[in-house]
Amino acid sequence: MEELELSEAAEELLATIWAAQEEEARPDQHRERPDAPAEAEAVQQLLDAGLIEQQSGRHSLTAAGKRWGASIIRRERLAERLLADVLNVGNSLASETACKFEHLLQKGLDDEICTLLGHPRVCPHGAPIPPGECCRTGARAASKVVSSLADLHPGEGGLIAYIHARQRPMLRRLLAMGVVPGAPISLLQNHPSFVFELGHTQIAVDRETAQDVYVRVGGRAGPWSAPAPRSWMMRPFSGLRLRRGRRRR
Amino acid sequence: MLRRFLQFVRTRLGGGLPCHGGGRATPARKIVLFGAPNVGKSVIFNRLTGSYAVVSNYPGTTVEVSRGRAQVGDVPLEIVDSPGTYSLSPLSEDERVARDLLLDEPPDLVLHVVDAKNLARALPLTIQLAEAGLPVVLDLNIMDEAARAGLEVDLDILGRELGLPVRATSAADGTGMDSLRGRLAQSPPPPSGLSVRYPPFIEEALARLLPLLDGERPLSPRATALLLLQRDAGIWERLGESAQVPMEDIEEIVSEAEARSSQPPSLAIALARRDAADHTVRAAVVEKPQPLRPPFAEMLGRIAMHPMAGVVLLMAVLYFGLYLFVGRLGAGVLVDYLDRQVFERYLNPAATAIVARLVPSPLWSSLFIGEYGAITLGLRYAVAIVLPLVALFFLVFAVLEDSGYLPRMALLVDRLFKRLGLTGRAVIPIVLGLGCSTMATLVTRVLETRRERLIATFLLALAIPCSAQLGVILGLLSTHPVGLAIWAGVVLSVFALSGFLAARLVPGDASPFYLEIPPLRLPSLRNVAAKTFARVRWYAAEVIPLFLLASVAIWVGQVTHLFQLALAGLRPLVNVIGLPDTAADAFLFGFFRRDYGAARIFDVHADGAIAGVPLVVAMVTITLFVPCVAQFLVMLRERGWRAALAVVAIILPFAFGVGFILNWILTRFEVQI
Repeated sequence: MEELELSEAAEELLATIWAAQEEEARPDQHRERPDAPAEAEAVQQLLDAGLIEQQSGRHSLTAAGKRWGASIIRRERLAERLLADVLNVGNSLASETACKFEHLLQKGLDDEICTLLGHPRVCPHGAPIPPGECCRTGARAASKVVSSLADLHPGEGGLIAYIHARQRPMLRRLLAMGVVPGAPISLLQNHPSFVFELGHTQIAVDRETAQDVYVRVGGRAGPWSAPAPRSWMMRPFSGLRLRRGRRRR
Repeated sequence: MLRRFLQFVRTRLGGGLPCHGGGRATPARKIVLFGAPNVGKSVIFNRLTGSYAVVSNYPGTTVEVSRGRAQVGDVPLEIVDSPGTYSLSPLSEDERVARDLLLDEPPDLVLHVVDAKNLARALPLTIQLAEAGLPVVLDLNIMDEAARAGLEVDLDILGRELGLPVRATSAADGTGMDSLRGRLAQSPPPPSGLSVRYPPFIEEALARLLPLLDGERPLSPRATALLLLQRDAGIWERLGESAQVPMEDIEEIVSEAEARSSQPPSLAIALARRDAADHTVRAAVVEKPQPLRPPFAEMLGRIAMHPMAGVVLLMAVLYFGLYLFVGRLGAGVLVDYLDRQVFERYLNPAATAIVARLVPSPLWSSLFIGEYGAITLGLRYAVAIVLPLVALFFLVFAVLEDSGYLPRMALLVDRLFKRLGLTGRAVIPIVLGLGCSTMATLVTRVLETRRERLIATFLLALAIPCSAQLGVILGLLSTHPVGLAIWAGVVLSVFALSGFLAARLVPGDASPFYLEIPPLRLPSLRNVAAKTFARVRWYAAEVIPLFLLASVAIWVGQVTHLFQLALAGLRPLVNVIGLPDTAADAFLFGFFRRDYGAARIFDVHADGAIAGVPLVVAMVTITLFVPCVAQFLVMLRERGWRAALAVVAIILPFAFGVGFILNWILTRFEVQI
């Protein structure tokens, strides 16, 4: 599957089918897929590549197609995360840009970005990001941009980027205690419990809760201090190569 | 009877005076102290009312409402202290108590007490209270620590930004209290009219909800709608009961709002309030650079949280605080002196002589004197054995509480406690249980889930000795280190094992752990003394009548021969675990009160009837043995009769079973103690 080359339209179509199948798993959001004639070429390409198959008039993904689709979606949602967390691009703009941006993210690079972003579990819209190899091995980057509180080292800190609480009460609890996106936070210790400083208060939480809080790493943020300087923000792009037309490996 | 007793438990726990002062000419203005945990609401309550509500340096000290009266000039005030809460949406039972207070008996004025160091975190609640249309006065407390942290707050700007009267205090030393009193005596401020602009999807949902909630009281329609959008279970329930509100329509609007944005409404609302709070703080607060070196207290605080150093510190606290102070000094020296010298040498002979002369009939005189007499036994146990131990324990405990050490201990043990189905937060009721399990059972309210509260209640009833027991045990075994080690080992294993099993058997999800860690503070001598005194006083008020009552009950039992019958029934049970006949009445006493049973063993030991292996076995069994009457009643109220009876039904056979096995092992391997 590595040697396959797909047109941008084909990739987009594959992602659309993948997302549609993901949503079918959540029946409340079922949506009809437009089969525009302009897509005929893309469909043919996917069929040729063995990524989709036709069953009773509907297209569905093959096993290889599912893997490939997940990879595209993963890059797309990671790109959204990157735009939202690092570049502070607004929500609606982010997904638009991300659609284009995702094509720029080469495969393999997604793991690097994912690691830099602290292995996020959901995109800014709350849709799950398919985990990659790096999430399973828990790879750590030498310098992170976004990290869950649980993966920070004591002494590190920054501004809270977002909270992904698995339980609704926990989100409300954290919000009520002042753990709110944008607040400066720094980790004091990570064993046996996580203790962080927020403003002039220290709060202890367990690992599960610490994993839910994602921090935009910016050195040691003192209480009430201004956001960290932004020079570090260019670093994630040093490995990016822009691509024109079709991808060559 | 039960209700009166529970009210007694309730008032003496908070230490506040029950207000029976109704029927006055001018109705007192009702002022509710409201705010986050551990910001000093109870200190202010004590300052205002002159009574004593328990004050400590950890979140969750107050779990019930205490009430008191204050008089400023000729204005009578009713002051109500509430458990700490971070928001108007409660997530634990003590927070629910606070919120329900606002809903059920709307106050004339809400005094929002905040920690001045953490204004940015506290103001969202101020904003929420103001939005609710309540008359709010904001009090920045702990100003001394804020000043030390280099913070300067402009009260005028703050008040203007929020549209509220603002006062600043450091209640611990009384600074600013006069100004605060003055404000409370004036007429309540008008609602501030403060309103936060929320993101469009929230504002649109609000616009649709408001007409449906017209005239909603006591919280304003807007505040109620915001709570509905956050899916606050209590508010949904309340509105559902009122039947005047079309809940289906509300459900539709709220679900639509939830579907419209990727942000949950609670997050969007919190962010908007946070922005408003930040804006206000930037306008009103100036922070000067702080010294680079962390102060000594901060360093000590870090040590207490360190996985290794913290455990060493914990050991030191246990050794010096419990073993040396309560065990050696309390049980070894103080009790010995009071019991042997004061009572046995002077008071008992004197009482015996006087009673014998006044009451010639031996039947009636045995009510007061003799083996089970109310004076020679009941009063002696209470005054000479139990109270000194309890007083010393409460003294140590008060110092620990006020230093801010307990929350640090909580984070050290969180991982261990998770295996027992609890979280680190449960350290507070569990450690408090070493003082009095009855009180601790009430404090399990600070725990978040029903499951956690049930497990904590069970462990408190089973494996946590109360301070009188602990003191007696430490006193008796302090000269037998091996025996003490065996006792501690067995009780700790039972604690761990039963918790481990409970975690698997009690249904429900594990709760998450979070706890605010207050700064380490030097305990104030005044508060430590006041708190110890208040607790010893309620303990005495409860224990002495009960001890006397028990004496009377035993006397009646003796006269009717029921007592002997019960003893005869217990004897085989006691013999099975290797104890002499004389130990039977200790267990019978234990039914009345745990400390009574322990005091009995102390007494029996003093007579030389029980020592060595049987002593250790007796101590273990009586530690695990049934909770006392008071604790049982509180369990009944807090957990329901089913859970309370189940706890007792499990514990009784379990305690004797462990005693039996321990006795078998110790005699089988001929352990010398």
